[in-house]
Amino acid sequence: MALDNTPKRVFKVVGTRPPRPDGVDKVTGRALYGADVSAPGMLTAHILRSPHPHAAIVSIDTSAAEALEGVKAVVTAADFVRQDDGSLRDVLDNCMARDKVLYDGHALAAVAATTPAIAKAALKLIKVTYEALPHVTDVDVAMRVDAPVVQEGRSLETVPDGMSQNVTSHCEFGHGDLAAGFAKADLVVERSFTTAATHQGYIEPHACLASMTADGKADLWCCTQGQYNVRTLCAAMLGMEASQLRVTASEIGGGFGGKTTVFIEPVALALSRKTGRPVKIVMSRDEVFKATGPTVSSSIDVKIGMTRDGRITAAEAHLRYSGGAFPCGTVDMGAQSAFASYDLSAVRTLGWNVLTNRPKEAAYRAPGAPQAIYAVESVVDELCQKLGLDPLDVRLMNAARKGTRSSYGPTFDDIGLIATLEAAKAHPHYVAPLATGQGRGLSAGFWFNFGGNTCVSLNVNTDGTVGITEGNPDIGGSRAAISQMAAEELGIPYDKIRTIIADTSSLGHNDVTDGSRVTFAVGLATIKAAQDAVAKMCSRAARIWGIDEEAVVWVDGAAMPAGPNAGKFPPMTLAEIAAVSFNTGGPIAGHFEFNADGAGVSFGVHLVDVEVDYETGATKVLRYTVFQDAGKAVHPSYVEGQMQGGAVQGIGWALNEEYIYGADGRLQNAGFLDYRVPVASDLPPIETVILEIPNPGHPYGVRGVGETPIVPPLAALSNAVSRAIGTRLNSLPMSPPRILKALSKG
Amino acid sequence: MKSIHVSTTVNGDAMEFICAPEDSLLDVLRNRMGLTGAKEGCGTGDCGACSVTLNGRLVCACLVLGAEAEGAAIGTIEGLADGDTLHPLQQSFIDHAALQCGICTPGILVAAKALLDRNPDPTDTEVRYWLAGNLCRCTGYDKIIHAVQDAAHKMRTA
Repeated sequence: MALDNTPKRVFKVVGTRPPRPDGVDKVTGRALYGADVSAPGMLTAHILRSPHPHAAIVSIDTSAAEALEGVKAVVTAADFVRQDDGSLRDVLDNCMARDKVLYDGHALAAVAATTPAIAKAALKLIKVTYEALPHVTDVDVAMRVDAPVVQEGRSLETVPDGMSQNVTSHCEFGHGDLAAGFAKADLVVERSFTTAATHQGYIEPHACLASMTADGKADLWCCTQGQYNVRTLCAAMLGMEASQLRVTASEIGGGFGGKTTVFIEPVALALSRKTGRPVKIVMSRDEVFKATGPTVSSSIDVKIGMTRDGRITAAEAHLRYSGGAFPCGTVDMGAQSAFASYDLSAVRTLGWNVLTNRPKEAAYRAPGAPQAIYAVESVVDELCQKLGLDPLDVRLMNAARKGTRSSYGPTFDDIGLIATLEAAKAHPHYVAPLATGQGRGLSAGFWFNFGGNTCVSLNVNTDGTVGITEGNPDIGGSRAAISQMAAEELGIPYDKIRTIIADTSSLGHNDVTDGSRVTFAVGLATIKAAQDAVAKMCSRAARIWGIDEEAVVWVDGAAMPAGPNAGKFPPMTLAEIAAVSFNTGGPIAGHFEFNADGAGVSFGVHLVDVEVDYETGATKVLRYTVFQDAGKAVHPSYVEGQMQGGAVQGIGWALNEEYIYGADGRLQNAGFLDYRVPVASDLPPIETVILEIPNPGHPYGVRGVGETPIVPPLAALSNAVSRAIGTRLNSLPMSPPRILKALSKG
Repeated sequence: MKSIHVSTTVNGDAMEFICAPEDSLLDVLRNRMGLTGAKEGCGTGDCGACSVTLNGRLVCACLVLGAEAEGAAIGTIEGLADGDTLHPLQQSFIDHAALQCGICTPGILVAAKALLDRNPDPTDTEVRYWLAGNLCRCTGYDKIIHAVQDAAHKMRTA
């Protein structure tokens, strides 16, 4: 049959809100997460972590721990295969420190024992001789040439001579003549900002269960955003072939980017290999904060010139990010995204990554963008205030659109920024009256979105139902969205489809669930796999009817004779074709694999009203509205969920969340009591407005939606607070002590 | 240290277990009884993912000792549904898309039921303050509040 590649705009299932397939399991407590499984003969392991922010490991003596009754094995860095590849070596050195410990909480040994209590007791018997080294945890201090050097010899050639060895990479983006642009401005504002490192704050700590047998085969169960990446990393560290390691992703209790790498998984495998028994590791919350991925901390300068009527003439940003103790490329994404919302003739962004004695950065929802865009949107807001301009009108006047050469290079195709800004302007929230002492802020936000390596199998069962096998852990309802797209394409009801997530031995490679890629890329592969199955079903019908398969079309879930044969035979439904498939050539399946391109960038605009308590310095969020282009919302409830959840994570980042280090280089708030994420009583309803400007790169127009919503809240809150209290804080979070300090100065 | 023998009732069923004196009720539920619906998100009573009821009172199972279950009646997420009929709160969470990853969902459902047992007609603010001890990092709480209120409405009018 001939495939119809014209974009689909009329839908039956896509755009509806069916119940999610994992719903009943999750409301009954039956869903199995990382820590919820056990195995016969299982050992429990605990990890020894450095109390020092920076120290050389002179010696590790594990003999007393090994001698403790109930201890079955101890591992250190010596039990892993040293890696040649720099980024793999960094991941391994982060899982198990080799020569130096680089931050408070850095792992350096692990014990497997018959009970958790024995494993913990054994940790105290490991004798480590440290030679303490000077440490640095602040990004600006770490850039100074006299700063303690976290790791030597890690600077790329892009780093200019004469900088501290802590500066590992440098990047630059932009176009146009900055000097000429600033000369045309009526007002130039230049400000410096800092943002604290924050944690993804998933409620499920990292957990895994590893089992390796004497013949070198291994099974690993873990909570991860990407079982294939876990396999790649662990197989290299353990010296295994990929085929011998089967990784199964458990249900995942939140990730937000933080579960895109490994921490405990190779350790559990090494202990299982050494003991010949299954080994389980579950992190404590303290370990999650100390040793898993916070975001970068940042220090940013932004300079923007504007004419009296609001046109931006030139824009420049210098971004200094620290991804902790290992080289990190997140600053590149900050430098690329900083000015993405604007159509600019002169723009330049420079970025530097800097090593500090902090944990290794892991991705967190739109990594690098919230910090950069916070700084840019704050300066744009200050220009609007000083020039007496409406902040939405100014953004509309300067907005990137189709044909805009983006500040990071590519020219935009169809994008939804202007429609999103216009929706915000037309919304009642924008003109609602504010009481004295209240402030309203807004910010635009952007994320690139990603496609990536994907494959999907779709099996047509003989009873007319369909099974889909895909390889991306579901962190926000993607199984529902994928089943909807398959139902749409096949023309059968949603409840006839069951989508499952494969282990690494059951399906080819799939990239990690990241980059807002799953509904876009896995959805696209699902549509193509469905089309593959449809072609086969049309062929079977043609064979039954004795006509040419090119003369069969698929309409509403059934094969129909077309062209000269139209009406000659009654349509055959999917169920009817499936029922006789064993007699017409065997089982029917569709498959598709590709490296997806065309993800389609995403823009959002957030509006927020706040009120500040002058006695406590606490900021109350009164009203919040999120506007975002989803391309096509496959399951609108879960699109809204992404918008609301991202906004609230951003609110936490803006108002409270931060990694606090003491002068001793130790993390002072490694728990949910002192690292305060937003709770229900902190928040108002989060209103949502979904725009649908179709992505030309997807047959249904889908864009990823997961990451963009965390970008605008930082500046939206900062702009609202500054308008409420009449003074601007250029530092996040705007925690009560910082607000009180700003008020006392103001 | 000597283990302790405990006789208790969990979701209406008589249960017995042996535990160490320092074992938490959460350890016992998850590791001795195989009831893994209650989750350990922090172990310090800050996240509410392990919410259960102890003689009708909402508690964090990570802050209660296993030995304290002696003679008590424990209620967990596994006891919320009536056989194969979901509790209105459970159905409402599915209908309103009030969960994403689902790790906080068991604790929030147990806590929400404890609220509606005491106050069948709460305001939104009362729901928000009652659930302030249950962290959810995915949803921003908006759909959770709607789901609780819709379930409360259905339970009042049933």
